[in-house]
Amino acid sequence: MTTPGVDDAVLGKEPVTERRLHPVTPLRRAWAPVAVLIGWAVHDPDQAQRQLARLTATTLLIALAVLVPVAALYGFLSWWYTHFAVTDTELRIRTGLLFRRTAHIRLERLQAVDVTQPLLARVAGVAKLKLDVIGTDKKDELAFLGEREARALRAELLARAAGFAPETAHEVGEAPARVLLRTPPLHLALSLVLTGATWGTLAAALVVPPVLWFATHSVWTVLATGVPLLGAAGASSVGRFVGEYDWMVGESPDGLRIDHGLLDRTHETVPPGRVQTVRIVEPLSWRRLGWVRVELDVAGSSNSVLVPVAPREIAEAVVARVLPGVTVPSAADLARPPRRAGWCVPLWWRGYGLAVTDAVFAARHGLLRRRLSLVPHAKVQSVRLAQGPWERLWRVAAVHVDTGANKTVTARLRDAQEAAELLRAQAERSRTGRRDALPDRWMA
Amino acid sequence: METGSPRNTGTTGDTTTEPVWRGLPRRLLRMRRLLLVVWLGAIALALGLLLGVLASPVWAAIALLPLALMAWGWVLLGRNWRSWRYAERADDLLLSRGVLWREETVVPYGRMQLVEVTSGPVERHFGLASVQLHTAAAATDATIPGLDPAEAERLRDRLTELGEARSAGL
Repeated sequence: MTTPGVDDAVLGKEPVTERRLHPVTPLRRAWAPVAVLIGWAVHDPDQAQRQLARLTATTLLIALAVLVPVAALYGFLSWWYTHFAVTDTELRIRTGLLFRRTAHIRLERLQAVDVTQPLLARVAGVAKLKLDVIGTDKKDELAFLGEREARALRAELLARAAGFAPETAHEVGEAPARVLLRTPPLHLALSLVLTGATWGTLAAALVVPPVLWFATHSVWTVLATGVPLLGAAGASSVGRFVGEYDWMVGESPDGLRIDHGLLDRTHETVPPGRVQTVRIVEPLSWRRLGWVRVELDVAGSSNSVLVPVAPREIAEAVVARVLPGVTVPSAADLARPPRRAGWCVPLWWRGYGLAVTDAVFAARHGLLRRRLSLVPHAKVQSVRLAQGPWERLWRVAAVHVDTGANKTVTARLRDAQEAAELLRAQAERSRTGRRDALPDRWMA
Repeated sequence: METGSPRNTGTTGDTTTEPVWRGLPRRLLRMRRLLLVVWLGAIALALGLLLGVLASPVWAAIALLPLALMAWGWVLLGRNWRSWRYAERADDLLLSRGVLWREETVVPYGRMQLVEVTSGPVERHFGLASVQLHTAAAATDATIPGLDPAEAERLRDRLTELGEARSAGL
């Protein structure tokens, strides 16, 4: 949790050593005014050109001579006034020159730790560190730290969050990781070629601009639609390939490790018992190959992919490690809605399915692109039953299961009687499901 | 963190028995109907006067439309009010509502993050208060509108107390 503006003196018992970020940080901040100028020039090229033509060499030089030191000063001051400290219970980040802001991030509430390295940061040998706690945002990341420092800090934070004694937490060091899965680049490329979205955006990018040209004969209209379309096509194919390149899932006593990226590297650590839902996605074109994509939800974390592509058996083995004691129900185990549900959702009603095991609530939906969502009973926040007038006529109802990652898993089109029983049983299961769940401090 | 408190672990059987449902006070219905009559009555009056003066008295008959809407709303509010009910069970709160679009919600006490009691000026005049439960999931929409303030406070205290005893993290 972050509580900006709380005075340290109130909480400070013993002196804690405060640290500063890596000295290259000001350079990143100094870019801000330049980036604003470039953004303006790109956004409005006509205007920019006219303004540039008016400028003489001397005014340009004067402007630069003012702008660069101001930017440098801004960068330096914002770096100078940013401190962070690790105490027994929290990570404290103090920042701000005029408006002071102190974020207290409670380690026991930790959901995940991300260490990310954008391309330039990799060249400079620095990394960003972000603690995922519900309510933290972009401002609460530590950017930048030295590469080795970031790793050491991550290990220390995880050790403290895990419940190691404060004196030893510093020396515990990085927990050894065991690789569970590694996606070969060829595999990833092939999976993207077989994805409909890749071809859809590419086709749109190739077809729409020429059509517009014949219709309007205006270069600007064509550019204004063609460039974003090409961008979308690139993002859904090349962008995804670059982002999901060398995807590695590992297991360590600190929890799940997810490393990926070709240019920007991201290393995410999800401690045990933080995964709220797991989704197994199976597009139609992958089904023949037996490939699936696995997505996960962790409260407060932005990453949602666990495995970009893998054969079904391997993916299920990974899911079994992520959610201990869970076996993914097979298609045969999923109970279909009654036949009369076809009056509510024609054709697609066959895609729905539900299975409840001792450990998870599993609901499937989608006919062509099948999605099976798994929620451990311990992660259920509330259970809801909903029924509209048309559904009541056909005696079916939907059961919604809400999780802490703000995701709702729905079992639609269940028989009304069955749904009412499911509601009661699920509430009971989610209540008792906590008993054998791991403690928040997983090593304590 | 353990969900169930120790004294409760043995007696989970009582949750399976039929819960004791409670409805909402009649004052809530009275307040909603009054608001309906005041607003739609004002609209009907304004419409009738405006059309009667600017056009002809025949056109003023359009003002009957809000009045018909009022009659319909009167019945609808009654049905909706009757459909609302809640029950406190040993380990969770049940909430049931809706006539055409029925919805039933179960919130285990251990998952409650925050209990909120609100009361607007009109609600206060009628001696009413709303209780809203928040869990870590934003989709959990558990609001009990228009309770007796004393009952709302009792519910809030009981829910907080039970929530503390059975609390669990995410």
